[in-house]
Amino acid sequence: MGGSMFVAPDINYTALLPMIIVFVGGLVGVTVEGFASRRTRYAVQVPLSVATLVLALLALVLLGRDNTGITAAGTVAVDGVALALQGLVLVLSILGLLVMSERFGGEQPDAFTQSGVSTPGSAEETLAAKVGATTTEIYPLMLMSVGGMMLFVAANDLILLFVALEVLSLPLYVLCGLARRRRLLSQEASLKYFLLGSFSSAFFLFGAVLLYGYAGSMRFSDIAAAISSNVGMDGLLVPGVLLVTVGLLFKVGAVPFHAWTPDVYQGAPTPVTGFMAACTKVAAFGAMLRVLYVAVEGARLEWQPVIAVVAALSMVVGALLAIVQTDVKRILAYSSIAHAGFILTGVVALDVAGVSSTMFYLATYGFMTIPAFAIVALVRSAGTEATLVDQWAGLGRRSPWIAASFTFLLMAFAGLPLTSGFTGKFAVFSAAVSQGWAWLAVVGVLASAVTAYIYFVLVVQMWLGDPADASGTAVVRPSWMTSFAILVGVAITLALGVMPSPVLDLAQSTAAFLR
Amino acid sequence: MSFPWLTTLLVLPLVGALVVSLLPKGSALVRPVALGTALLTLAVGIGTATQFRVGGGAGGERFQLTEVYSWIPQFGVSYALGVDGISLSMILLGLVLVPICIVAAWDDVPAVGRRQHAYFALMLALTSMMVGVFAAIDVFLFYVFFEAMLIPVYFLIGVFGGSRRARAATSFLLYSLAGGLVMLVAVIGVYLAGPRGTDGFLLSNLTGLDLSVEAGRWLFVGFFIAFAIKAPMWPVHTWLPLAAEQARPATSVLLVGVLDKVGTYGMIRFCLTLFPEASQWATPVILALALVSLFVGAFLAIGQTDMLRLISYTSISHFGFIVLGIFAFTTVSQTGATLYMVNHGFTTAGLFLVAGMLIVRRGSRDLRDFGGWQRVTPLVAGALFVSGMSGLALPGLNSFVSEFLVIVGTFGRHPWLGVISAIGVILAAVYILVMYQKVATGPRPTGPDVEDVRDMSGREKWVVAPIIAAFLVLGFYPKPVLDLLEPAVQQTLQTVGISDPAPAVDTAANHSTEGSDH
Repeated sequence: MGGSMFVAPDINYTALLPMIIVFVGGLVGVTVEGFASRRTRYAVQVPLSVATLVLALLALVLLGRDNTGITAAGTVAVDGVALALQGLVLVLSILGLLVMSERFGGEQPDAFTQSGVSTPGSAEETLAAKVGATTTEIYPLMLMSVGGMMLFVAANDLILLFVALEVLSLPLYVLCGLARRRRLLSQEASLKYFLLGSFSSAFFLFGAVLLYGYAGSMRFSDIAAAISSNVGMDGLLVPGVLLVTVGLLFKVGAVPFHAWTPDVYQGAPTPVTGFMAACTKVAAFGAMLRVLYVAVEGARLEWQPVIAVVAALSMVVGALLAIVQTDVKRILAYSSIAHAGFILTGVVALDVAGVSSTMFYLATYGFMTIPAFAIVALVRSAGTEATLVDQWAGLGRRSPWIAASFTFLLMAFAGLPLTSGFTGKFAVFSAAVSQGWAWLAVVGVLASAVTAYIYFVLVVQMWLGDPADASGTAVVRPSWMTSFAILVGVAITLALGVMPSPVLDLAQSTAAFLR
Repeated sequence: MSFPWLTTLLVLPLVGALVVSLLPKGSALVRPVALGTALLTLAVGIGTATQFRVGGGAGGERFQLTEVYSWIPQFGVSYALGVDGISLSMILLGLVLVPICIVAAWDDVPAVGRRQHAYFALMLALTSMMVGVFAAIDVFLFYVFFEAMLIPVYFLIGVFGGSRRARAATSFLLYSLAGGLVMLVAVIGVYLAGPRGTDGFLLSNLTGLDLSVEAGRWLFVGFFIAFAIKAPMWPVHTWLPLAAEQARPATSVLLVGVLDKVGTYGMIRFCLTLFPEASQWATPVILALALVSLFVGAFLAIGQTDMLRLISYTSISHFGFIVLGIFAFTTVSQTGATLYMVNHGFTTAGLFLVAGMLIVRRGSRDLRDFGGWQRVTPLVAGALFVSGMSGLALPGLNSFVSEFLVIVGTFGRHPWLGVISAIGVILAAVYILVMYQKVATGPRPTGPDVEDVRDMSGREKWVVAPIIAAFLVLGFYPKPVLDLLEPAVQQTLQTVGISDPAPAVDTAANHSTEGSDH
C-alpha cells in the first residue's frame, strides 16, 4: 500500500454479495416509490423488501463460509464475526420489517404518518390524509439502513467504518420522525437523534484522524501494527482510541452518551424503535468489537478501564432511571441502556469468550426487543398507542396471550433462568469474571435485580391491576405479520434459554477475527 | 440404564400442570386432576425411596439414582440429578405436603373463568421445581431451579393472595432475586475455580477444590447471602411475614415449609461442601446470626396479633435453630438440624392450614377477634392445639426429637450456646400458648357471626389427619428418617473435615432419652 501507482483493488464480489443485494433492493425500492402508483406501492414494497432481505440471507448462508477473507484493499473483512452479525442483522430486520408493515387489515391506523414532509396539523397533512397517502418510503430507507449495518460490522478501515456509520444512521433519523400520532414528539426525537448523532460522528471522525496521524493509515491492521511496534506517539493514540469509541458508544446508547435514547425510543414509531433498538445495537457492537479487538487491542491498558467504567455506569444508571419511568417505551429505553452495559461487560473480557458472549447476547437481546415493541404497538387507547404503565392495568384479563407473551419477554429482560436473557447474562458475566472483572459482574447482577423491579411493576400492572382503571385500553388484533414476529421472537427467547447449545456453538465457532 | 426416577418426579407434575391448564373453562375436573397428579407423584416418590439404599449406594457414592446428561457443554452445564438422604427426605416432605395443600386449598379459588386452573397448575409447577431444586447435583442446574421456582410462587401470592398481595409478591421476588443474582456471580466463580470443561458444574467436580483462602471466602459469602435470604435469617427476613400474611395458607405451607428449606439445604449442600475452610471461618458470625434469628423470631411472634404473621415469625425462630445445628458441626446437631427441616415442614403445615380454617370461619386473621373457639369448633381448636404442641416441641411429638438433638449436639461443641438456645424453647412455649389462649380459651363467643359456624368438615379432616399422623410417627419412631439422614450428614462433615468433639454422643441412644426438662 501507499505505492505511487494506483492499483485497482481486488474485490471479492461474492463475499460482498449479501450487502450488494440489500443495497440494490433499496435502490429498486426508491425507483418503485418514483414510478408505482400510490395504491400499489405498499403491495410492491413489502414483498420486495422481504424478498431482498431473504435473498441476502440466503446468499450469506450459502456463500458466506467459503468466501471469508479480507477484501477490497483491506477495507472489508468478511470473517466469522462479520458473517454471524450480518446474518443476525438480516434475520432481525426481517422480523422488524414484518412489524413495520402491520396495517391491521385497514381497520386501524398503522404506525406511520401519511405525509412526513408536511407540518403537523397543516392543510397539506389533511389533504394527504384525505387522498389516502401512505409512507412507503420507509421500506427503501430501512433497506439502506440494513445495508449500512452489514457494512458496519465488516468494515476494517476507519473511513469505511465512518461511511457505513452514516449510511446506517441517516435513514434511521428520517424513520424516527415518521410517527402517525404525536408527530411533534416524533419530529423532536428525530431532530435530537440527528443533532446528537452528528456530534458523535464528529467525535468519531476526529478520533479517526488522530489515529491516522498516529499510524499513518486508516486500516485496522496497520493501526494494530503501529501500536505493536510502539511508535511512541501516545498523545495521538489514546485520544484517538477514546474518541472513536465515543462515536460507537453513542450508537449503542451507553452512559454517558445515552441522553438521546429515551426520547428517541419514545418518539419514534414503535416498530421503528424495535428495529432500531435491536439492529443498531448489533451493528454498533459488532463494529466496536472489531475496532477494539483488531485495531487497538495493543492499547488495551488504555481503553479497557474506560469501557469497564462505561459498562458499570450504563448498568447502574439505566437500571436506576428505569425505576422512575411511567411510560412503557421509556422503560424499555432505559432497559436498553442497562443492556448496553451488560453487553459491554462481555466486550471488556477481551478474549474469544468475550466475542462469542457479546454476539450471543446481541442475538438474545434482539429477539426479545422486536416482539416487545411489536406488542407495545398493539396496546391502544382511542386509536393511539397506550404507552403509560397505568393504561396497561388488567391487560392480563383482557388479552391473556399478549400479556403472557409480554410477561415472558420481561422475564427474559430481567434475566430469569430458562429464558435467553439468563443465558446471555451468564455468558457475558462468566466471560468477564474469567478475565478478572468480577467486580463488574457484581455490579451487573445488582443492576439486574434493580431492573427486575421495574419489569415486575409492569407485570403486576398487567396481571393484578384492575381492568376498570384502564377502561379505554384495548389490544388491536394483529395480522399474521406481527403475530409471526412476536411468535418467532418468543419462541427463540425460550429456545435460547432452554437449549442454547447450537447457537452458543455457532457463536464460538465464528468468534475469530481475521486480522 | 435404570429407570429415571427423579426425572419422572420432575416431569409428572409439569404434565399435570399442563393438563390442568388445558382443561376447558369451568371444568369440574380441575381439582381432581390436580389432586390425582399430586398423589401419583407421591406414589412415584415413594417408589423412588424404595430404590434408595439407606447408608450409601453399592459403590459408596455420595448420590444415588443419578442421571447425568450434558446440557450446555459450552458453559460446562449438565442436567444432573441425584439424591442423598437429606435431599431425598426434603423431596418426600414436599411430595407429601402437596396433596395435603391441594385438599386444603380445595375451595380457595372459585371456579370462575380460568382462575382455578391457574391456581392449581401453578401449584403443580411449583412441585416440579421443588423436586428439581433438591435433586440437582449440578450447581448451575440448582441455580436454574432456585430462580425458576420464584415465578410460580410470585403468581401464587400476587394473583391469589390478600389485599396487599402485589406488595408482598414483589418484595418476595426482589429479595429472592437479589440474593440469587449475587449467588450467580459466586456460581460463575466456583466454576472458574474448578476444573472447568464440559461438565465443570457437576457438584462432584467442584467438591474439594484447592481454593485460595480469599477466593473461597468470597464465594462462600456469595452463596450464603442467597441462602440466608431464602431461609430466612435475621436481618434479611422481612419479606417472609408479609408474604406469609398475604399468601393463601396452602401457598404459605409450600413456601415456608418446603421452599425455604432450600436455604438451609443449600448451606449444607453448597456452602459447607464446596467451601469447608470458609465455612469454619464464618461460623462465629453465622452462629451469632442464628441465635439472633432464634430470639428475634420468638419475641416478634409473641408480640403478633396477626395469626399468619405469628406463624411466620415462629418459623424464623425455628430456622435459627436449624442454622445453629448446621454450624455447630457435630453429627448430632446436624442430624438434628436436617431432621428439624423435615419436622418443621409438618409443623408449619399444621399451623398454617389450621389457622387458615379458623380465618375462613371468622373472616379475620386478628387474634383479638377470636376467643372461646374451643367451644365453637372443638375439632379445629384441637387441631390448632396439637399443631401448636408440635411447634413448641412437646416430647412425643416430632419437633421434640430434632430440637433436642440440635441442643445436645450444639452443647457438645459450644456448651454456653446450647444453654442459651434452650431458652428459645421456653419462648416457643410462650408464643404458642398465648396464641392458643387467645384463640380458643374463654367463654363461648356470642353473636350472629359464630352462630352457624360449623366444625371441621370431612375434607378438612383429610387435611389434618395425615399431618397429625406425621407428628406422632416422627415423634415416636424417627429412626427410619434418622437412618436416612445420618450417613449424608457424616459425609458432609467429613468433607468439611471436622470430627465430633469427644466424648462423642451416640445418636441412636439419644432419642429414647426423655428425661430432659422441657
